[in-house]
Amino acid sequence: MLLTLLAAAGLALLRVRNLFAVVMLAGIYSLLSAGLFTVMDAVDVAFTEAAVGAGISTVLFLGALALCGHHESKPGHTPLLPLFVVLVTGGLLVWGTMDMPGFGDPANPVHHHVADHYIEESYHEIGIPNVVTSVLASYRGYDTMGETTVVFAAAVGVMILLAGRLGRRPQPEGKGDGG
Amino acid sequence: MSLDLLVSHYNYWVVIFLMMVGFYILISRGNLVKKVVGLNVFQTSVFMLYISMGKVSGGTPPILVYGETDVLYSNPLPHVLILTAIVVGIATTSVGLALAVRIKEAYGTIEEDEINAIEARTEATE
Repeated sequence: MLLTLLAAAGLALLRVRNLFAVVMLAGIYSLLSAGLFTVMDAVDVAFTEAAVGAGISTVLFLGALALCGHHESKPGHTPLLPLFVVLVTGGLLVWGTMDMPGFGDPANPVHHHVADHYIEESYHEIGIPNVVTSVLASYRGYDTMGETTVVFAAAVGVMILLAGRLGRRPQPEGKGDGG
Repeated sequence: MSLDLLVSHYNYWVVIFLMMVGFYILISRGNLVKKVVGLNVFQTSVFMLYISMGKVSGGTPPILVYGETDVLYSNPLPHVLILTAIVVGIATTSVGLALAVRIKEAYGTIEEDEINAIEARTEATE
């Protein structure tokens, strides 16, 4: 049911041309997906998605729109080639899922590699009842450290990109769309 | 048989549909901010694919229940991977939007067609 709603939100995103509406729809889309994650037992992912996807990224988009203006012009070329590429890719992917095991089956191979060990042993080895936290912070600690490096690099990149504009142009607000 | 297939693969198919919507926005729309939105839709659909694979029917979230041994938990590993991916995703989104802001400043527009036209004009005059 939520998935169908998500599909509708996705289509609306495609059609709407006012970028403020697009950003709001993207926020709704994120919130719906957070609901979906809760239903599929991924509570940690759900609250991260609700905070980051629906919260921070909406704010970032609104900030960018305030600087860039919020009208999208009509695409100049025909959409036939992109549509063809998308349909072929989608068809291939659906064909690929035919070999996938069914949704939610406990006998799926994905559940029997290291997940059993995490669920059975992590409390004795780490002492945290939340398995996701203990895997994130301990078993895959280096991964999380790499992630913070990526975030740091992104923050530095954004600062370098936007640092010049403050000094160079004293009147950007007057030129923008004032959103 | 085919109804079984529909029920057991419905998640994957809707995920693929959303992924293709994101992909289509990315390659067919000229506005750079809209492209970043498309990228986000694509990315979220990948998250949903992973979380779908981690779900066990009748399972509970992977937070250990004190004193119980025969509880069925969903797979925690995809959750961990996706937590990392969400944070990396917001990082790439912010860099993309910062680039869009800089392009707006340099060219006065964020429409791909207009940028190409300006590029062609400056090359012709040089």
